[in-house]
Amino acid sequence: MAAAIELIGITKRFPGVVANDSVDLVVEEGEIHAICGENGAGKSTLMKILYGMLQPDEGVMKVEGKEVKFASPLDAIAAGIGMVHQHFMLADQLTVLENVILGAEPTRPGGLIDFDSAEEHFRRVAESYGLTVDPNDLVEDLEVGERQRVEIIKVLYRGARILILDEPTAVLVPHEVEELFRNMRELKEQGATILFIDHKLDEVLEIADTITVLRDGRTVATVKPDEVTAHDLAELMVGSDLPTPETTESTVRDEVALEVTDLTVTDEDGTRALVHSVSFDVHKGEVLGIAGVEGNGQAELIDALIGVTPPASGRIVLDGTDITRLSVRQRRELGLGYIPQDRHREGLLLPSPIWENAALGHQTRRPFAKGIWIDRVGARARTEEIIAEFDVRTPGVDTPAHALSGGNQQKLIVGREMVAEPVVLIAGHPTRGIDVGAQAAVWDDIREARRAGMATLLVSADLDELIGLSDRIMVMLRGRLVATLDPATVTPRELGAYMTGANTEEGAA
Amino acid sequence: MRPAEPLSTDRARRRFQDLPAYIRWPLYAAAAIFVLTVVQGLDGTDRLTSATTAQSMLRWAVPILLAGLGGLYSERSGVVNIGLEGMMVMGTWMGAWGALKFGPWWGLLAAIIGGALGGLLHALATVTFGVDHIISGVAINILAPGMTRFLSSIVEIPGWSITQSPRIPGVGSATVPVLAGGTIGSWTSPDLLGWLGSRDWFLISDMADILKGLLTRASWVTIAALILVPFSAWLLWRTRFGLRVRICGEYPAAGEAQGINVYKYKYIAVIISGALAGLGGAFIAGPELSGIYLEGQTQGRGFVGLAALIFGNWKPGGVLGASLLFGYPFGIGLRDLDGSASHSLILVSAIGLALVAISAFRRGRKVDAGLAVGLGALSVLWYLLSESVESVWINIFPYVIVLLVLVFFAQRLRVPAADGQIYRRGEA
Amino acid sequence: MTTAPTWKRIVLAVAAPVAAVLVAMLLSSVVLLIVGSNPLRAFADMFEHASRLETMVDILNRATPLYISGIAAAVGFRMGLFNIGVEGQYLLAAIVAAHLGAQVALPPVLHIPFILLVAMVVGAAYAGFAGVLKVTRGINEVISTIMLNAIAISGLVAFLVNRWQSGGAVVGGVGRVGTEPIPASGRIPNLNPLVELFTREIRQGKTLTGVLIIAVIVGVVFHLLLNRTRFGFDLRASGINPFAAQVGGVPPKRMVVMAMVISGIFAGLVGMSEIMNLGFFPANPIQGLGFTGIAVALLGRNRAVGAAVAALLFAFLDVSSGVLQFSGAASREIVVIMQGIIILAAVIAYEIARRAREREEAAAAAEAMVGERGEAA
Repeated sequence: MAAAIELIGITKRFPGVVANDSVDLVVEEGEIHAICGENGAGKSTLMKILYGMLQPDEGVMKVEGKEVKFASPLDAIAAGIGMVHQHFMLADQLTVLENVILGAEPTRPGGLIDFDSAEEHFRRVAESYGLTVDPNDLVEDLEVGERQRVEIIKVLYRGARILILDEPTAVLVPHEVEELFRNMRELKEQGATILFIDHKLDEVLEIADTITVLRDGRTVATVKPDEVTAHDLAELMVGSDLPTPETTESTVRDEVALEVTDLTVTDEDGTRALVHSVSFDVHKGEVLGIAGVEGNGQAELIDALIGVTPPASGRIVLDGTDITRLSVRQRRELGLGYIPQDRHREGLLLPSPIWENAALGHQTRRPFAKGIWIDRVGARARTEEIIAEFDVRTPGVDTPAHALSGGNQQKLIVGREMVAEPVVLIAGHPTRGIDVGAQAAVWDDIREARRAGMATLLVSADLDELIGLSDRIMVMLRGRLVATLDPATVTPRELGAYMTGANTEEGAA
Repeated sequence: MRPAEPLSTDRARRRFQDLPAYIRWPLYAAAAIFVLTVVQGLDGTDRLTSATTAQSMLRWAVPILLAGLGGLYSERSGVVNIGLEGMMVMGTWMGAWGALKFGPWWGLLAAIIGGALGGLLHALATVTFGVDHIISGVAINILAPGMTRFLSSIVEIPGWSITQSPRIPGVGSATVPVLAGGTIGSWTSPDLLGWLGSRDWFLISDMADILKGLLTRASWVTIAALILVPFSAWLLWRTRFGLRVRICGEYPAAGEAQGINVYKYKYIAVIISGALAGLGGAFIAGPELSGIYLEGQTQGRGFVGLAALIFGNWKPGGVLGASLLFGYPFGIGLRDLDGSASHSLILVSAIGLALVAISAFRRGRKVDAGLAVGLGALSVLWYLLSESVESVWINIFPYVIVLLVLVFFAQRLRVPAADGQIYRRGEA
Repeated sequence: MTTAPTWKRIVLAVAAPVAAVLVAMLLSSVVLLIVGSNPLRAFADMFEHASRLETMVDILNRATPLYISGIAAAVGFRMGLFNIGVEGQYLLAAIVAAHLGAQVALPPVLHIPFILLVAMVVGAAYAGFAGVLKVTRGINEVISTIMLNAIAISGLVAFLVNRWQSGGAVVGGVGRVGTEPIPASGRIPNLNPLVELFTREIRQGKTLTGVLIIAVIVGVVFHLLLNRTRFGFDLRASGINPFAAQVGGVPPKRMVVMAMVISGIFAGLVGMSEIMNLGFFPANPIQGLGFTGIAVALLGRNRAVGAAVAALLFAFLDVSSGVLQFSGAASREIVVIMQGIIILAAVIAYEIARRAREREEAAAAAEAMVGERGEAA
C-alpha cells in the first residue's frame, strides 16, 4: 500500500532564507503523524506547501502514490487534503453551516444555495466522526473548542482523507485538548490520516503514531513515540541541550518594589469583575510568576498595572509612590517597564525605523528627547547601543521593524526596556513564538537585571519558564489569585492542576 | 455584581427583534405614520401624510436608495466605497447623454455603464493595487466631475453647454392597477387605496394615502429600485454568489483558504456598486427628478446613500427604510413654501428623541438618555419659539439624523468585519 | 553600505510621483488625440505661459490655499485619520472670521492676528467635534466629517451668508455680494513690492497674496511639529499603531482629538486667501479647496515639501486651464482630467513603490539573519 503522503527533497527558499532544505517525509495511511520543531524550523512552510498555499522550488510530492503539483489549495482539496489553520478561518457573522459549505455549496439552478441538502450532508459528516456542533449557530457564539470542531468538519465536509492540523492545541485549555485528542482518535478509526504540528512534547508523545523532527529546514529524524523520551525529542529539535530557564541563588531583597492591594478590574459596562480583589507584592530582585490558563484575567491585570485600563477599585504602589490614578506615561517615567504579550499588536511600530521603535515608551526622556524635541542623534546612538548589547540582528537603525525576524524584534523590545533600568518589569509571555537562541538571550537578560535589583512580574503560559525563572509563583483562576507556590518544589503537573481548578487548597510559599 | 436588567422588557424586546424583517419594518412604518398623523392633527395640516408628500419623498429617496444599495454590495465584499458620489456623477452625465443620443432606455444603460466603469476603477485601485479605500474613493470623486466637464466640452449635442444639457426624455411611469387605480390595457382598475384614503378613517386613511402616493405614476426606475431591495436580500443571503461576496467582507482569508477567488468577487461587487450608483445618477438627471443634466446636481447624494447604508445596518431593508426617512423631509420641503410643514417635523424629531431617551434609559445608558432628553428639549423649544423653518435646515436634515443615529447607536451597528481592510492574495 | 540604499530610496520616492505625472500626461494626450487636438501644442502653451511672471503670481495665489488645505489633510493622514471635512471647516471658519473681522476696529498688528485666530478657533472647534464624536461615541471620522461638511455648507454657512449679507462690493469690475467688508487694518497686504524688489513690475493688475507667507509658516510648523517634536512622535506612533503607542504612554483618545484639532486649525486658514483678497466672505465662495487639499496631501505623501510641490502642480494645472481656453489649443477641461489621473496614478504608484521597498528591506534583514545563523553554527 502506498503512503498517504510522500515528500522527497522538498526545498523552499525565501529572499535570504532557506525555509525548507531538501525535506523528506513519509506519512502512512491511517496514522497520526506529528511534525515537531522549534519556531523557524520550517514546519509551517512545509504544511503550506502540502496544502498548495506555497509552491516548492524543488522536490517531489506524492499523494497516495501519485505525483502531484498543487497550484492552489483547490488542488490540494481535490486530492483529498484538508487543513485546519492555527488561526481559525471562520467568519463570526456567518452561521456554522455557511462557513462549512463555503466554496463547496450545493446549489439549485440559478445559484440558489440548497441549504437543506447542505445541512443534511453536514449532519451526516459530523455524526459519523462524533463531532457535535449546531449548524445554525452563529460562529461568534461558539467557544474555542467548538470552533475547532467546525474547522475539522469543514475539512471533512469536502471529503478530505488527509487532515493537516497546524498547532491545534495552542489555543485550547487542557480539557479541550482531551476532547480534541478523542476526536482525533475517532477520525483515525474512521480511516483518516492526520498530520499535525505541535511543539508541546508531552502531547506529541501521547497522541502521535510517528514523529518527524525538523530543524533549520531539514528533517533530522523520524521516530516512534515509544522509542524516545521528551528529552530526546528536545535535543533533536535544537541540536544540543535545550537552554533551561533555571535561576540559581536568590537575589530577593527586603524593599518592596510593587505593591498591589485589593485590585479589581471590571469589563466596560462595569458589570463583570475580570480581576477580582487581587493583592500581592513584588520585592526588588524578585521574579514573581503568574500562572494561569489564558483568559483568566492575566491580560486585564497587566492592563491595569501599566495604566491602560483604570481599575474599579484597589491600590497600586510602585516603589513607594501610589500610581493607581497615574497615566501610562507617568508610570513609565517612575520606572515601570513593559514587555507586551503580543509584540506586533502592542510592542512595535512595524513600518517605523528601529530607532523610533527603541524610543517608544521612553520618548519623553533622555537620550531620546530634549525638552519638547525628539533628540534624533541621541536616540540613534542609544539604539546602536541596544542593537550591540542585546544582539539585535539588523542592517541598521533605519531598517523598519517589520523587516526583522520575530526573535530580533523581541530582543529589540527587551533591550529598550532593560536599558531604561526599570524598577519593575512587567513581562507578558516574553519568549512566546521566538527561536531558542533568542529565548535563552531573553532569559539571561531578565536574570541579569534581577541580580541588579529589578523586580519582575512574569506572566507566562510556558510552565517550564515560570518554574525556572520565578522566585514565587501565584496562580490566577477566574480573576482571582488562588494559590501561591514555591517553584523549587512544584512540578508542571501540579501547577497545571491549580491552573484548571482541580487543585484548590492554598499552598505555602 | 449588579443585578441583571429587568427581564420582562428585555425579553419582549428580544422577541420583537427576532421577528423577520418583513414584519418588523412595516410595524416601524406604521408607528412612524401614527406619530406623523398625531402631529399633523395638532398642527392642523394634512401635508405630513398626503399622497403628494409620499410621492415626492419616494422621488427623493430613490437615488439615495440606489446609492445605498450600491454601497451595500461593495461593503459586503469588504470594499468601502466613498467614490459612490463620483460614480453617481458619471451616471448623471452618461444617463443624459445616452438618453439624448439613443433614447431613454439606452440612457439608463449608459448611466449603468458609466457608474460601473467608476466601480471598475475603484476595484482596480483597491483590490489589485491595494490602495486605501478612502483614498481611492476621494480620487474618484475628484476625477468624475472633471471627466463629465471634459465630456460636456466635447459632446456634440445641440443645446448642451459646459454645465448643462437640454431636456432629457424619460422612460415613463406606471400606476399599479387595482391598488392605486392603474390601467390594464384600456380598463381602468378600481382605486382601492384612493377609496380608503378618502374615508377619513384615522391612521388607516393616512396609510392608504401614503401607499397610493408611492404606487401612482411611479417611474420604471423607481419600480426597479424597489424590486432591487428584496432581490439584493435574496442574492446576498440565499445564493452561492452572495455567500461568497459576504465572506470577502467578513474574512477574505477564510474564503481564499476554501478556494474562493476573493479578488473576483470583490471586483464584481464593486462594479455592481458603481452600476447602481450610476443608475441613481440617471434618475437624478432624468425627468424623474430634474429633467436635465446639470453640473453638481448630485449634491452629495452618494454620501447620503452611504449614510443610508450605515443607518440601515448594512442590510437592504434597512437601506430602504433609511432612504425613505432621508427623502421624507426633502419631499415635504419641496412644496412647503411657508415652512410650516417642516416646522411640524421639529416636533416629530422631538418625539423621536424622547423614544430614544426612553429606550436608552431602559438599557441603563444614562448618558445617552440624558443626551437625548437634552436634544429633545432643545427641539421642543425651537418648535415653540418659531413659526416656520428655513429651507437651509431642511437641506441638512438627513445629515443631522445620521449623526444622531450614530451618536446613539454606533456601537450596535454591525459593519462587515473586514470592511475597509486591504486584502492581499496569499496572506492566509 | 549605507549610501547605496539611501540613494535607492530617494530614487524610489521620486520615481513614483514622476511616473504618475507622466502617466497623466500620456493618458490625457491620448484623450486629446482622440478628440482631435494636438497635445504637444497644448503642453507647449501651458509651459510657455507658466514662465511668465504674471502667470507665476496666479499659480502662487492658487497654490496658497491648496497647500494649507493639503497640510490640514496631511495632519490627519499622518495620524491615520481621514479628515474629509476640511471643506466644511474652512468655509465655516472663513465666514465667521470675515464677519467678526469686520465688526472690530484694531491696529493691523492686532487685527490680522485676530482674524486668523478666529478662523483657527472655528476650524479647530468644528474639526475637534468630529474627533470628540470618534473617541466618545466610536463614530468613524470619515462618516462624521462627510456629514459635518454637508451640515456646514448647506446649513450653517448658507444660513450665515443670508444673515450677515450686506450690500456687496465691486471686485475687479464684478459686483459681488457678501459679508460686510473688513477694514484695511485687517487685511494682509500683498507681496508685490517684495517680489518687485527682485524682478520687474507685476503687470495686468495682478497681486501676489500675502497669505503665501502664512502658507510657508504652516509648512514649517507642520514639518517641525511632526518630525522633530515629542508630540509629533506621539502623533505618528498613535497613527501607526494605537495599541503600541498606548502602552508606550501615548493616550490614544487624546491624540485623536488633538490631531483633529490641529487639522482644523490649519483648515481654518484655508479660506484666508479669499477673504483677504476680496475683503469679505462672498455669497458664492470658491468651493472644493478641501477636497483638492486631500489630493495635494496624497500626492505630496503627507510631507511638507511634497505637498508644496503637489500644490504648485495642481495650481499650475488650474491656471493652465485658463491658458488653454485663451489659446484654443485644447479643451480647458483636459486639466481637470489630468488632475484626477495624477492622483489615482500617484496613489497606485506609491503603493507599488512601497511594496518594492518592503521586499528590499525584508531581504536586507534576512541577510543580517543569515550572518547570525552562520555564527551560531
